[in-house]
Amino acid sequence: MSNPIENLNKTFDSRVRLGIMSTLMVNEQISFNDLKQLINVTDGNLASHIKSLEDSGYIKVNKGFSGRKTNTTYTVTRVGEKAFQQHLAALEKMINTIK
Amino acid sequence: MDAQNQSLQDLQHIKKMMERSSRFISLSGLSGISAGICALIGAWFANNIIERSGGMLGEGRIYKRDYSMDTLQEFMESKLFNIAVITLVGALIFAFLFTYLRSKRNNIAIWGTASRRLLTAVAIPMIAGGFYLLREIQVGNYGLIAPGCLIFYGLALVNGSKYTLNEVRYLGYGQIILGIVNCWMMGYGVYFWATGFGLLHIIYGILMWYKYERITAGEQRSTINA
Repeated sequence: MSNPIENLNKTFDSRVRLGIMSTLMVNEQISFNDLKQLINVTDGNLASHIKSLEDSGYIKVNKGFSGRKTNTTYTVTRVGEKAFQQHLAALEKMINTIK
Repeated sequence: MDAQNQSLQDLQHIKKMMERSSRFISLSGLSGISAGICALIGAWFANNIIERSGGMLGEGRIYKRDYSMDTLQEFMESKLFNIAVITLVGALIFAFLFTYLRSKRNNIAIWGTASRRLLTAVAIPMIAGGFYLLREIQVGNYGLIAPGCLIFYGLALVNGSKYTLNEVRYLGYGQIILGIVNCWMMGYGVYFWATGFGLLHIIYGILMWYKYERITAGEQRSTINA
């Protein structure tokens, strides 16, 4: 039997990154401030996790303006969607090994 | 075993984040109960006025005869309309209060993407219904006001249920059915009104409180003890 852990995506090890991805899977797009409220982390912490997800190509950053204030929103990419689904499947497999 | 536990926790976290971000789940059952009680009190006062003015049948005629409301403005100044407004404001205040307290307890912001979407989904049928009912009043179809309130409110609930607790949908179906039946039983509007806005809200509120909040309250007690 293959080791189920090898299918788990290292990028999703962090709870914050897991939270960002989960949120983006069910929302077309979401702003930095909404994410901050939902996940309950500091600006810097959230920004660094977003950066790493962006570098992996899992999320896309859209910079825009609402009035004169910057309004940055995020969307999940196709690659990110697929990676997240694989991660979910791997988690499920892990749990099923109990039975 | 540890890795499995970790996976289970991760999945629960994912589920929680998905729900939190897409649905407004702080809606409290107590909000439903309090809104229902407000509606029953309002209906009781309204019923007194209607009975005093000579029986329950033919709402339209009663309004016409005793208040001779030929204009919209006269309707707006009538006692029944004032009762309706006070009831609505009271119900909204209590509903907001209990939901606010619950969101505070669960540490979820009350104003976010989810609540914005819920509000938009509910507001569209409500505003459309508001205009429609205003016109009904203008042309003097008072008997159709109560059914109209129930139908449009029911549609608003069904529409909004996508963005909050799914059970709101059933409350909506109940209101729509009552409203439709009421269309063919004009004159009994105040009873349908009391059943829909009063009784159904209270039943819904109790069920929701029992299903979601009773458990949370128990958990909190046990963590305090521990």
